Amino acid sequence: MPALSLATAVETRAGAAPSAPKAEARGLSFYYGEFRALKDLSLVVHEHRVTALIGPSGCGKSTFLRCFNRMHDLYPGNRYEGEIRLYPDDANLLAPQVDPIEVRMRLSMVFQKPNPFPKSIFENVAYGLRVRGERSRRALEDKVEAALRGAALWNEVKDRLAQPAFNLSGGQQQRLCIARALATDPELLLFDEPTSALDPIATTSIEELIAELKKRVTVLIVTHNMQQAARVSDYTAYMYLGELIEFGRTDELFIKPRHKQTEDYITGRFG
Amino acid sequence: MGATEHLSKQFEADLDATRTRVLEMGGLVEAQILAAIDAYASGDAALIERVIENDRRVNAHEVAIDGACSHIVVKRQPAASDLRLIMAVSKIVTDLERIGDEAEKIARMAKRIHEEGGGPFAQRFPAIRHAAQIAVRMLRQALDAFARLDAGPCADVVKEDAAIDDEFRSVLRSLITYMMGDPRTISTALEIVWVAKAIERIGDHAKNLAEQVIYIVRGTDVRHSPPAEVDREVAKE
Repeated sequence: MPALSLATAVETRAGAAPSAPKAEARGLSFYYGEFRALKDLSLVVHEHRVTALIGPSGCGKSTFLRCFNRMHDLYPGNRYEGEIRLYPDDANLLAPQVDPIEVRMRLSMVFQKPNPFPKSIFENVAYGLRVRGERSRRALEDKVEAALRGAALWNEVKDRLAQPAFNLSGGQQQRLCIARALATDPELLLFDEPTSALDPIATTSIEELIAELKKRVTVLIVTHNMQQAARVSDYTAYMYLGELIEFGRTDELFIKPRHKQTEDYITGRFG
Repeated sequence: MGATEHLSKQFEADLDATRTRVLEMGGLVEAQILAAIDAYASGDAALIERVIENDRRVNAHEVAIDGACSHIVVKRQPAASDLRLIMAVSKIVTDLERIGDEAEKIARMAKRIHEEGGGPFAQRFPAIRHAAQIAVRMLRQALDAFARLDAGPCADVVKEDAAIDDEFRSVLRSLITYMMGDPRTISTALEIVWVAKAIERIGDHAKNLAEQVIYIVRGTDVRHSPPAEVDREVAKE
């Protein structure tokens, strides 16, 4: 057995080496009409890693997340500058010629409050597949089961797939939304404060799930809960007033941040 | 670090109280070493008893500060410099408590030496007092650095540890000479070795303290690093 140096021990504790980039914001600015909500943001989202976005209310973290699936396109007057590149094909998601529907085929989003459709459990998960033209009953059943298993919900719902989704508890509804997001095999999963409406037990199960999910997908998560960012993420970005103040490995950022602003925020000194 | 205060006044107060208590404990421990060394020189029985008795106060500080650290972790989940402070404090109190134990050990040895009539013999080793002075200076510097959250003096503390080790070896050499020349001195000489060893250990603990202060201020773990490396870390802007 090779001798274990102190440096190796520290490296091992810090986790694996950085993975390939899955997405990258380059000089990204975003405007709600005249208001510049994101200011020249550049950041790499690593593949099969969880990246957390933290910062006080109004810092632009949700705005940033929503740029990825072009949600801002839904309102007139919103404008992007810069790029978000998705790898490996190096496509700029924000390019005007790129259809937002195409973008959303590759990314999925889970919101703050569970928002299942007023349909059965099965149909909730099957919905995205049907939209994409899947007709085979067999294929739908297989994919729904795989997605529900992926969202750690299968065992709880397998005997009542035809029941309305609203019969599920809040935590189960959120996992159903994650299953719905997973069913279409996204490359990037976007979470916008996914546990802020959940109790601690449901929160733990979602956090466990995120740790599991990163083996298959890349995760970008906005959270108000700094301990959650510390628990679930590999990388953390701290944003303030539309700017990216600091980005780094989560354990480094929470133990030894480089910027005083980050330090003040994560230690609760922010005024 | 910086001058900004926490939004939570209670958190600020809890951290302040913990820091203050560490400094109180440090002051007590420093007084214990000085008293123990005086007792070694004078054989003052009342002083010896006081040092032994006071060690219970040192222990009580350790338990109380550790408890306060646990409370802060549970209530606040500290991060960044707060986290480093709490982690370091919990190690610092262990070192302070052990310094307290060493002072008590010196007092107990002083009692035996003087009861056996070895007082005049013990006076022949000025290096003992000299080493103790270095140890106390190291401890004081480390505690000052902790109070001011200043890594600057910590590199000196780490370096000074070598000076104590030198004094220890010098005491040992002359004791060996005496023991070989006159075997009747062996019993007292061995007790003096214990005193010298206790001082040498105090130096080690003071060095640990200084390393923890560097960790709090810089976020760099310099334990087990050679003094030159510690120097470079502290010199960094």
